[in-house]
Amino acid sequence: MTGTPILELRNITKTFPGVVANEDVSFSVGRGEIHALLGENGAGKSTLVKMIYGIQKPDSGEMTFMGEAFAPSKPSEARQKGVGMVFQHFCLFEALTVYENIALGLSAAEAKTGDLRQRIIDVSTTYGLKVDPDRLVGTLSVGERQRIEIVRCLLSEPKLLIMDEPTSVLTPQEVNVLFETLRRLASEGCSILYISHKLEEIRALCSKATVLRGGKLVGSCDPRRETAKSLAEMMIGATLNRPVRDLPEPGEIRLKVQELSMESDEQFGVDLENVTMAVRAGEILGIAGVAGNGQTELMEALIGERPCRFSRQIQLDGADIGQAGPRERRALGMCFAPEERLGHAAVPGMALWENTLLSAGRTNDLARRGLISPTNANRFALRVVDDLKVKTAGVKSAARSLSGGNLQKFIMGREIMQRPKVLIASQPTWGVDAGAAATIHRILLDLAREGAAVVIISQDLDELFTISTRISVIAGGYLFPSQPTGELTVESLGLAMGGRSKEIEAAKRADEAVAEPAHV
Amino acid sequence: MFRLVPRKEPNRAMLYATPFLAVALTIVAGFLLFGALGKDPLHALFLIFLKPLTDFNSLAEMLVKATPLVLIATGLAIGFRAGVWNIGAEGQFTIGAITGGSVALAAYPDGGPLLLPLMAVAGALGGMAWAAIPAFLRTRFNASEILVSLMLVYVATLLLSFLVHGALRDPEGFNFPESRLFQEDAHVPALIPDTRAHIGFLVALFAVAAAYVYLERLILGFQVKVLGQAPRAARFAGYSEKRIVWTCFMISGALAGVAGLFEAAGPVGQLVPSLPVGYGFTAIIVAFLGRLHPVGILFAGLLMALTYIGGETAQIEMSLPSATTSVFQGMLLFFLLATDVLVNFRVARTAKPLATPSGAAPKLKPAE
Amino acid sequence: MDLVLNILLGVVVAATPLVFASIGELVAEKSGVLNLGVEGMMIIGAVAAFAATVGSGSYIVGILVGALAGATMAFLFGALTLTLMSNQVACGLALTLFGLGLSALIGQAYSGISLPQFPRVDIPLLTDIPFIGPLVFGQDALVYLSFALVAGVGWFLTRTRAGLILRAVGENHEAAHGIGYPVVAIRYLAVMFGGACAGLGGAYLSLVQTPLWVEKMSAGRGWIALALVVFASWRPLRALGGAYLFGGITILQLHSQALGLKIDAQILSMLPYLATIVVLVVISRDRMKMKLNAPSCLGKVFYATS
Repeated sequence: MTGTPILELRNITKTFPGVVANEDVSFSVGRGEIHALLGENGAGKSTLVKMIYGIQKPDSGEMTFMGEAFAPSKPSEARQKGVGMVFQHFCLFEALTVYENIALGLSAAEAKTGDLRQRIIDVSTTYGLKVDPDRLVGTLSVGERQRIEIVRCLLSEPKLLIMDEPTSVLTPQEVNVLFETLRRLASEGCSILYISHKLEEIRALCSKATVLRGGKLVGSCDPRRETAKSLAEMMIGATLNRPVRDLPEPGEIRLKVQELSMESDEQFGVDLENVTMAVRAGEILGIAGVAGNGQTELMEALIGERPCRFSRQIQLDGADIGQAGPRERRALGMCFAPEERLGHAAVPGMALWENTLLSAGRTNDLARRGLISPTNANRFALRVVDDLKVKTAGVKSAARSLSGGNLQKFIMGREIMQRPKVLIASQPTWGVDAGAAATIHRILLDLAREGAAVVIISQDLDELFTISTRISVIAGGYLFPSQPTGELTVESLGLAMGGRSKEIEAAKRADEAVAEPAHV
Repeated sequence: MFRLVPRKEPNRAMLYATPFLAVALTIVAGFLLFGALGKDPLHALFLIFLKPLTDFNSLAEMLVKATPLVLIATGLAIGFRAGVWNIGAEGQFTIGAITGGSVALAAYPDGGPLLLPLMAVAGALGGMAWAAIPAFLRTRFNASEILVSLMLVYVATLLLSFLVHGALRDPEGFNFPESRLFQEDAHVPALIPDTRAHIGFLVALFAVAAAYVYLERLILGFQVKVLGQAPRAARFAGYSEKRIVWTCFMISGALAGVAGLFEAAGPVGQLVPSLPVGYGFTAIIVAFLGRLHPVGILFAGLLMALTYIGGETAQIEMSLPSATTSVFQGMLLFFLLATDVLVNFRVARTAKPLATPSGAAPKLKPAE
Repeated sequence: MDLVLNILLGVVVAATPLVFASIGELVAEKSGVLNLGVEGMMIIGAVAAFAATVGSGSYIVGILVGALAGATMAFLFGALTLTLMSNQVACGLALTLFGLGLSALIGQAYSGISLPQFPRVDIPLLTDIPFIGPLVFGQDALVYLSFALVAGVGWFLTRTRAGLILRAVGENHEAAHGIGYPVVAIRYLAVMFGGACAGLGGAYLSLVQTPLWVEKMSAGRGWIALALVVFASWRPLRALGGAYLFGGITILQLHSQALGLKIDAQILSMLPYLATIVVLVVISRDRMKMKLNAPSCLGKVFYATS
């Protein structure tokens, strides 16, 4: 270690009603060190850094920053002392320009010193973080938005930069660029606290790692000397047997989407362009892509929330369903689990049994001739809760009272127990702990084994490599042709995910060249 | 200091308790208000809240006032549950009176047993037609139904005034801007003999029962609730927003129209420019006070009717200003909305300020 | 010429209350709060200003009291929607219903009293210029204030850091909170500014336009002001233009007889309301444009987690 640590935490404890978020956590970050904070979802990483950044206050314990007692009561105080933070969910305003966003993130005094516009350009060129101060943030990709956040932090010359799961929204190529920037910062003496659950990344980037599990410190190590497996065991506490992908030969085509184009009706949405895909029985098609590249719009189109222009654009077992609504599609055997759980897949304030009526009403006889059957709905909800071991006080509990992972299990259960012919799930394990994620993966594999066609839209490449039989990439609303998982590498996917318009155009042209003769 | 902490589940006890809490707070505020006006607060509150209950005729009058309030509020509540803000019930009420009343005037002086049902249907259709305007403009052009339906209240009132000054004016009425008195068969039959309470109240009871079944048992009612609470979930489930918006407007328009007709063909007995007296707006208070629940609305409507009757008595006996009643009603809604927070939040003492101004000793000594 | 001048002067008088009310609501909405209680704040402003003027004999006191009364009503709304996180639509309605009742209660003692005509600015020579003089240099002080307010709000929102913060709060309250801005406090200020403006608009009604206290004298102007904000796509200058457009429509009905129009009074009186509906439809038709212009957090409840 180089001299005194820049940040030191001693015996930090923080509890929320009913939950101990952090218990007796102590560790320190050295000057110019890239320090990993490793842990599963719900291990208490976020709460810990929120305390360092002054968003929350510890119940007990103390912190020192550059040798002085440190107890920021609000983020501006932490910033003033030299702590910068890039959140997982960016604090950005879509309808404002990059310049305005950055000005908002600085204190009035900071924003006034010198020509802010020039300083933005200076910092962004120095660290290779290209940003255009006059663009509206809403028009930028997620990677570009992250750059704004980083530039914003760097403008106040932090001594410690906290990065919360920064790579979950980046393409592998963008990740490499980010790592370059971070290494450069560290070499200039800025310490970095890097929060992640991605082991390979941590091994590539960090020189020290602190591992949290269930809110407690379980150890620290030099990740470069560990294997991914040993790190995982520290993080999870047990060896997980990963579900094995042993699917039979694919059968007939069940779901077919052809030349589906659809304009977004959102302000900063993505238009779908000529999306074409086919999924066979027993297949799991993974759709990779960085957030905000048309996944939401594709999901809406597949659910039928917005009808296609032509009915033949989506086919289920050969029948045209492009203009059918969600209820008709469900009646034909499709099921959906969208990304957003509260407010999209479930009504937050309604009980679990009521939430079954949203999508399982018809297939499970929960309502007949317009009349709700509370008995049947309750019974169905109970079965879902039992089968998937959903942790809840009962089926009369409101959906919003469940934890993210448990609600996701409930939603997946609700859909899967309808025995769908086609299941489409977006981000099925996002924010879910490892145990629950494994359960969900197993369920998806079982479903495919029984002959369903499954589509998984996910930003998590590990997940897609684990369970998909084929993977395709969505970028800028265009879906690249899929390839068998075995023939793909992270790098090749990454190139497509970062797909600039040029490459998309090229792929499309190639597409048309192949497709043309088939039409004749 | 205190802060509000969200509850994991809405608190059912608070759901029922807050309307009573709101009434209690209103009474306290009323006590202060009357004191400020230099009137005897206890006597005024007695006149408003208790006196009418001791008198048979006042009880009957309560039913007269409660009828339009309950009818309109029941319809509005279904819409509010869906996030459809029809606040122009007063206009639909007025148009319902015009269309229903016109049927009577057109038939004049003929009558017959079918006349009143025809008038009721015409009233409902009139209210629906008026409600169709904001429904159409919202679903087709995305125009705010709040502002459109509200603007149409003014238009409807002016239309009524225009008609009774012209086409519908009583030819034997010395140029007074009023229609004829309706013929005998066009009057709503009395519910209780020798009082003004009419069978419209039974229709209101029926509407309450029907709305209960609609909201609690029918998928259609479930769709309304889903749209109101989570519009994206409604799309996910495949419920058509357009259809729900239209249904809500048609139900509330029909009920407001019928209420208007009952008012014209009941206690008033003709069309007069002063027919709309604000039931359409008071019904909004009733709907919230009744927790947007049909049964709750029935009780809230009766309570609100009580304040009308009691308010009138107090005005006469204690020469209170006539606006007292509406101030009371406004306060009631305020207190209700204010106490509403307790359903979804609980009050907690803020965590004791952490004793860590720089340099202060931490509570737990680090294990050395 | 005289008729034209009279009509134009009338338009100014009819438009000014709408300018005040809509510019205030615009600021509140820019911060993300939809206060449907403009009508209630206006009518309370009207009665308070009238009572204070009669009581003190001073217009300045009256105007200040009117603004203060409007701001107090807005504070009440803020307490309900910002602190107690109640539904903004319902609370706005409550504010209007309560305001109408309370104003009638207060105003009872003042009905039948009339005030002298509100003084107009008189700049020697300039005001004497025919036509232009009375129109440009001979208005009352509140008219000039309304113009200054529009210019000031425009400058504030686009040119100042505080204005940027206000817009940011309306765009994304979570992010603004995350950066460390006091969302609720900023919204309180914006809503109370809106209330003060609505109060001024009401004061203009009872002190200048009539000048009398009449129950329900706001006659839906608060609601029209709300529609004007939408019409203006949340831009101050357009709100000014919209207010004058509506002022014109209102005055048209008064002068219709002189202009030789033979339409019934009631039908003519419907015009402003019908025009509001038409305007709303025309503006709202383009969903994408509405989304682009409207503050993203408009009407949403904010709860500060952590």
